[in-house]
Amino acid sequence: MTLFGYRVPMMASLLVWCVVWEIVGRLDLVFLLPPFSDVLAAAFDLVQTPSWQSATVTTLRAFVIGMALAIVVGVPLGILMGRVKIADDLLGMWVNIFSSAPLSAIVPVLMILFGFGEKTIVAAVFLFAIWIIVLDTRAGVRHISPSLIEMARSYGASRRALYFKIILWAALPEILAGVRLGLIRGVKGVVIGQLLVAIVGYGALFETFSRNFRMAEFWALTILLFAFALVVAELIEKAEAKVEFYAGARQ
Amino acid sequence: MRATAVRNGLSPVPAPMDSIVEVRGVSKTYGNVEALRGIDLDFPRGKLTSLLGPSGCGKTTLLKIIAGLIAADAGTVDIDGKRVSAPGPERAFVFQDFALMPWATVTRNVAFGLELRGANKTEREEIARHYIGEVGLAGFEDKYPHELSGGMRQRVGLARALSVDADVLLLDEPFSAVDEQNRRKFQEDLIRLRTNQNKTFIFVTHSIEEAVYISDRIVLLSPRPGRISQIIEPDIDRSGDPERIHRDKHYLDTVEEIWQGLKQYVE
Amino acid sequence: MAISIRTGSEAIGQAPLSGRSTTSAWSDQPIILRLVSVALFAGVWEIAGRIPVSFAFPTFSDTIVAFFGLIADGSLASAYLSTLQPLVLGVALSAFLGVGLGTICGLWRTGEWLAVPVFIVLQAAPVAAFIPMITFVYGIGMTAKTLAVMILALPVIVLNTYKAVRNVNESLLVMCRSFLGTRWQTITKIILPDASPVIFAGLRLGVSAGFVGVVLAELLITPTGIGDLITFHRSRADYAEMYATIGSIIALSTLTLVFLQWVEVRVFRPEKRGA
Repeated sequence: MTLFGYRVPMMASLLVWCVVWEIVGRLDLVFLLPPFSDVLAAAFDLVQTPSWQSATVTTLRAFVIGMALAIVVGVPLGILMGRVKIADDLLGMWVNIFSSAPLSAIVPVLMILFGFGEKTIVAAVFLFAIWIIVLDTRAGVRHISPSLIEMARSYGASRRALYFKIILWAALPEILAGVRLGLIRGVKGVVIGQLLVAIVGYGALFETFSRNFRMAEFWALTILLFAFALVVAELIEKAEAKVEFYAGARQ
Repeated sequence: MRATAVRNGLSPVPAPMDSIVEVRGVSKTYGNVEALRGIDLDFPRGKLTSLLGPSGCGKTTLLKIIAGLIAADAGTVDIDGKRVSAPGPERAFVFQDFALMPWATVTRNVAFGLELRGANKTEREEIARHYIGEVGLAGFEDKYPHELSGGMRQRVGLARALSVDADVLLLDEPFSAVDEQNRRKFQEDLIRLRTNQNKTFIFVTHSIEEAVYISDRIVLLSPRPGRISQIIEPDIDRSGDPERIHRDKHYLDTVEEIWQGLKQYVE
Repeated sequence: MAISIRTGSEAIGQAPLSGRSTTSAWSDQPIILRLVSVALFAGVWEIAGRIPVSFAFPTFSDTIVAFFGLIADGSLASAYLSTLQPLVLGVALSAFLGVGLGTICGLWRTGEWLAVPVFIVLQAAPVAAFIPMITFVYGIGMTAKTLAVMILALPVIVLNTYKAVRNVNESLLVMCRSFLGTRWQTITKIILPDASPVIFAGLRLGVSAGFVGVVLAELLITPTGIGDLITFHRSRADYAEMYATIGSIIALSTLTLVFLQWVEVRVFRPEKRGA
């Protein structure tokens, strides 16, 4: 959109919405919606409290461990499915089912299997994130030009060299896209897991704030969480842009 | 071998003297499509032989069987008297779509064959640099493939094949993804290169002009099933200016001759 | 904020991908392999249940028995009756609103500028955090569940529709104009049909998100329907019944998605039919 001849960046409209929020909040039009400025102030106070800091450490740790597991398991699984037909035939159906299934229904199972603690959250992150990583990695491996594989073979590449020097690199753009989508799903997993477990990390904070109608803090926590999700997605996108130059150069 | 001598002042085919690649009874079927049936063929050392034919005649399949990339259903391939069934260091392949690694620089792409053989970095890069110069890409060593034109990318593919010092170079329609002007230039360069390098070239193409222009020997394949229909040795003097060849009478006659032979296979 | 529009490719990037891979994996695969795959899954589950890996991990056979038990005593049917109402309503509302909003955003620059960033944020962010809040405002009834479905389903439908309408085939537009098509004709005869594959993919993702939303709402705050059945059997340590209930909702969501794709191909996509 252009305004007085200047291009206004798309995301700038979020500022407009913040102003609308402020006005609506000031006029007390919507129940449970404090003015945006109050939320910002609450966010500022919130990040200084020890309870927020320890909740953040817990949440981040669970998120990082779960994501790392999802990547470490998901990428090799995706490569296996991309390369070995029988593995693809046997696993493909289940990966597809779980990538679009309501995984929130499985979280109660995780809670009885792993207890009401951090392990459940790690498992939730893993379960939410892994399938899209597998699917994208598989797609990336499938899209590798056959002649690139033939090239490696004709110059005498060992199996190891074929995987580490060609396949992993050639599928990298799709793998990164999968990891980015996996991260976004992982953030949802960590939040859903913590909301359901309700005594760990942000889940406990949300519980406290909404039970006591501390709405400014509730919104502040939500905004911090949203900001985190967007920043993570943005960082991965930056990394993707770096490898884009060769993704675009493919035939 | 079924070789038909041709009229019009072209020399009849002599028995091959010193052949480096010997193909015996090679057949290949895909599903219910018979791609190749009973191919017997010798490729003379130090010459450029083209496999020419319409699409579906199995010429690329034959080249990939010689390369060891595809297993034949029947028959054998011998190189320098040694039976081969897998890729080996005495052969190097140049791909139709270049098959360059988009994440690697020109130097690393050219040195990739040596890298896979475990040559150390300084040594292989020195060799790569030499062949990059040889194919006329000096100054582009640190570029990435997407920064090069189609013709330049295929030069990288050619340099990669040269740098492993194989005796036999297998080229699979190397110029088909290169624009017309670059192709002409590239063909001239290939003729020059062939006189400098003491290598055997096996060249797959569907362009009659290209085959006649660069080849010492042309193997015509007919489709469904893929079989040898004719072997031609164009009697063209390539010692002088490559530009001149396009106006050479023998060149023009041979092109016409082959076209008359191939016409029946075109729908 | 320097977040570019491409953040929205969560919706777009995965839509064609999962759509395509689902078709290729499910329609090309011979039925035998699929059965082997199911048998393998059941076998691994059975063995894991027999070891057992955990006191709370029933065998596959126990779970199947429990499943038929739940059908027989009618508890599954009554639970689904209560779960499906807000789900269907929420998805239907999201579909109409989402396709409408997405189309407007794709056609009208100011609308795009105002609305698309909001949906990008909602799509990338864990909006599940809002569900407790919704219950505080609307109580634990049908409204809260429907809204929970909508906040999860709407963003992906809007963004897919918007992307599809925005990136409509340029030469088709020029063609329509050269044959003197009006604006309305351009939209209904060119833009929407051309955008429909991506819109359908978005609708499927929306349905899948809707299932997540309704289950989450029932688990978190509204003790009714499937969510209640899961919680109830967990509290009584009837793990086989609990697993059977969870399995049924996953199966139902999968079958719904497969059915939607089948309908899409049969009814709307002549070019894919018989392929």
